[in-house]
Amino acid sequence: MAAKSIISRPVYGTLSPQAGKHHLFVADAEGALAIIGMAKNAPAGFFDGAEIVFIPGSDGKYVAALEALKPAQLHLAPSFPSLLPRLRQTLTNAHMGLRLYLSGTEGLIGQAMQVALEAGIDHTSMQTEHRGSLARRMQCVHCKGITENVTTQPASCSHCGLLLLVRDHYSRRLAAFQGVCINAEDRSEIPPMEEIFR
Amino acid sequence: MSTGTTKLDVVVSDVVPVNELVTRFHFRRRDGELLPTFSGGAHVVVEMRDGERTRLNPYSLMGSPLNTSEYTISVRRDDVGRGGSLFMHRSVKPGLEMVISYPVNLFSLDLRARKHLMLAGGIGITPFMAQTSQLAGSGGNFELHYTCRTASLGTYADVLQQRYDRRVRLYHDDLDERIDLDRLLSSQPLGTHLYVCGPAGMINWVRDRAAALGWPSETVHFEHFAAPQPGAPFDVTLAVTGKTIRVGSQQSLLEAIEAAGVDPPYLCRGGVCGQCETNVVSHDGKFIHNDHWLSEEDHRSGCKIMPCVSRFEGKSLVLER
Repeated sequence: MAAKSIISRPVYGTLSPQAGKHHLFVADAEGALAIIGMAKNAPAGFFDGAEIVFIPGSDGKYVAALEALKPAQLHLAPSFPSLLPRLRQTLTNAHMGLRLYLSGTEGLIGQAMQVALEAGIDHTSMQTEHRGSLARRMQCVHCKGITENVTTQPASCSHCGLLLLVRDHYSRRLAAFQGVCINAEDRSEIPPMEEIFR
Repeated sequence: MSTGTTKLDVVVSDVVPVNELVTRFHFRRRDGELLPTFSGGAHVVVEMRDGERTRLNPYSLMGSPLNTSEYTISVRRDDVGRGGSLFMHRSVKPGLEMVISYPVNLFSLDLRARKHLMLAGGIGITPFMAQTSQLAGSGGNFELHYTCRTASLGTYADVLQQRYDRRVRLYHDDLDERIDLDRLLSSQPLGTHLYVCGPAGMINWVRDRAAALGWPSETVHFEHFAAPQPGAPFDVTLAVTGKTIRVGSQQSLLEAIEAAGVDPPYLCRGGVCGQCETNVVSHDGKFIHNDHWLSEEDHRSGCKIMPCVSRFEGKSLVLER
């Protein structure tokens, strides 16, 4: 579970079945467990109107368990960028009555939420559940470059190389935490790097 | 001083009968200046000084928000109500000086919406007059479905159709025309927001169907001003000010508290905004809750009351006021 912090730091819930005509799930790796857990409380026939878009981890776990839920569609994708066109297309053609469920890493939830916000779904209307890694997607506030899977504090910007303090300040629009130069006054001062976002 | 109840000194600049039940009133500032800016869905509280008695009723502003040289409201005559609408219809003439509140919006458009789907019933059309003007001025995407009893009681239906053509769809009760609500709600593009204003039964029906069909509550907006209902007189003790007052049968509890010289906070006076929420110190009797603000749990608990629209029957009532 992500620790409580400033108000901009996203808080995630537990997936629960919503009233609706279509149910779209986007999940990665352990996020599958959130869907499988929710299925226990879902009314009969719930998955007949469900589409699951899933990015399996390297071990390919949970695919069979998701298949067993017998969703109307199960689409496997190797990465978030590879599922993006499909997700955009689905949301563009969707009608009110579609409900969105996001589960897995913060990076996956944040990026899927970003696309859904663009499609007009309010962030409070989406079901989210955090599972798996706490690795962060970070934007360098200086060069604006995005660094994926940040696990350390501080962290180096993969674009401009500045050493950044990874803040809890989060942007839904960018789907990223903000990284601010930690040694702007004296660049020779290098604080120890700790792995804290596991 | 109550929150948001800054007053405007206005003069009635025009009174226009619209049909057999509805009359439109135009207000301008007495000092000739522009009125404050408002957004579609806003209302003002109109003070009606009727001899010894002052009523304060909320009415939606129905003019274009782009024009603040005047405010317009439309009042439907209610022959069995507490007399506010009758006073407006009978006694308010051009040239009369009146006092209204600053506009307050408890039914505003969510401008993040991709599309605005509006459902009006009867006189519930008035906030949509302003909202459609606002959206049309900025190229907004909207669709209005308007149910009225008969064509002659379809207040502003002709104006709306002339302005917006096929974006307005009319349903007449006397011709047995009904909205195919489930189909309408299920065919809206993602990102649509729903707005409903009309009789309580219609609002409940639309909210229930929208929830069942998967519309998130954040996308469903509604407004229904409850009028204070007349009822049996009752006595109330105000614990903070140490006064004991009697609420007359045609008076609201809020009006009785004000008549006793106590100045509680208020805003909409229609059970919607929550400003006048009052704690109950003790009671022996039954509450008649008429508001849309308190939760069902609050209503059952007997610990809170909205004095603008709710009443009490019983032996004793003590309020923290």
